[in-house]
Amino acid sequence: MKNREKYDEIFCAVFGVKKEALGETFTFKETAEWDSVAHLGLISELEEAFDVMFETEDILHYGSYLNGLNILRKYGVHI
Amino acid sequence: MGLLENKICLITGAGRGIGRAMAELFAENGAIVYANDTREGCMDEWIEEWQVKIPGKIHAIYFDITDEEQVKHAVMAIRKEYKRIDVLVNNAGVEFNELIGMISRKNMEFMLNVNVIGVVNMIQIVSRVMQKQPEGGSIINITSMTALRGNRGQLVYSATKGAVISITKSAAKELAEKKIRVNAIAPGLTLTPMMAQADPEKLQERIHNVCMGRLAEPMDIAKGCLFLASDLAGYVSGQVLPVDGCTIM
Repeated sequence: MKNREKYDEIFCAVFGVKKEALGETFTFKETAEWDSVAHLGLISELEEAFDVMFETEDILHYGSYLNGLNILRKYGVHI
Repeated sequence: MGLLENKICLITGAGRGIGRAMAELFAENGAIVYANDTREGCMDEWIEEWQVKIPGKIHAIYFDITDEEQVKHAVMAIRKEYKRIDVLVNNAGVEFNELIGMISRKNMEFMLNVNVIGVVNMIQIVSRVMQKQPEGGSIINITSMTALRGNRGQLVYSATKGAVISITKSAAKELAEKKIRVNAIAPGLTLTPMMAQADPEKLQERIHNVCMGRLAEPMDIAKGCLFLASDLAGYVSGQVLPVDGCTIM
């Protein structure tokens, strides 16, 4: 499975949404399901799937689907 | 079968004293132990001796708990090897005893950094691994009886250990839904290498205050810790267990 597919799958599973919902507007502010528990669940799933451990600052700023891609790239994930 | 059969346990400050006793007791009970210390190489000799008894049960892992980057690398290495961490014991700590008016800023910051910030670092990072485990995990923080009762010359030390109690109670509430239990052990006077250098007369005076008539051995503390780490304490969280031989301070 490609990294992007893996990434999308994690978002769909954590937030219980369909792939079509993911995009520019899928953010912490705009998504009702994105609470602190879901946030930590997301971080934990991503860390395991991509074998990384995020800096605290990156966890705090992991506020959107798109920004998350940039953060993962910082850790050497090709996505 | 041991109480911690095949559990992956990370113990900080395991180079000597209480931490070392825990590492040995946990391994005897079937755990795979990652023993941490900052002093590179300081555990190699005793672990090598230990491996003759039970091979492959204790691994040395050197890092500084106050350095987030080092903690992350260590936790990633364990996760890579075993995919999980079942037990974390935050045992590493530093102690300077200074009377009011003679409290050094440097020592105060050092104690706050290791005893408080280091513990938060460890909990933050290790709980991220534990929360993915269906069976959760157990975190044990080592505080001190001085946090509960105060002690002359230990204003800052007791404050840092008081913070450890607050951390324990808040973390327990926050992590319960992930099945992560968080408890603390409050050792009383314990016979560590540091204590062995104390003035024998003064030491005897202090032993008079212990109803059980002796200092705690590191293994006494380790046994309390084994209970909290194991499934025997499966419904125990947010608690502070004093292991002090019933001391009247």
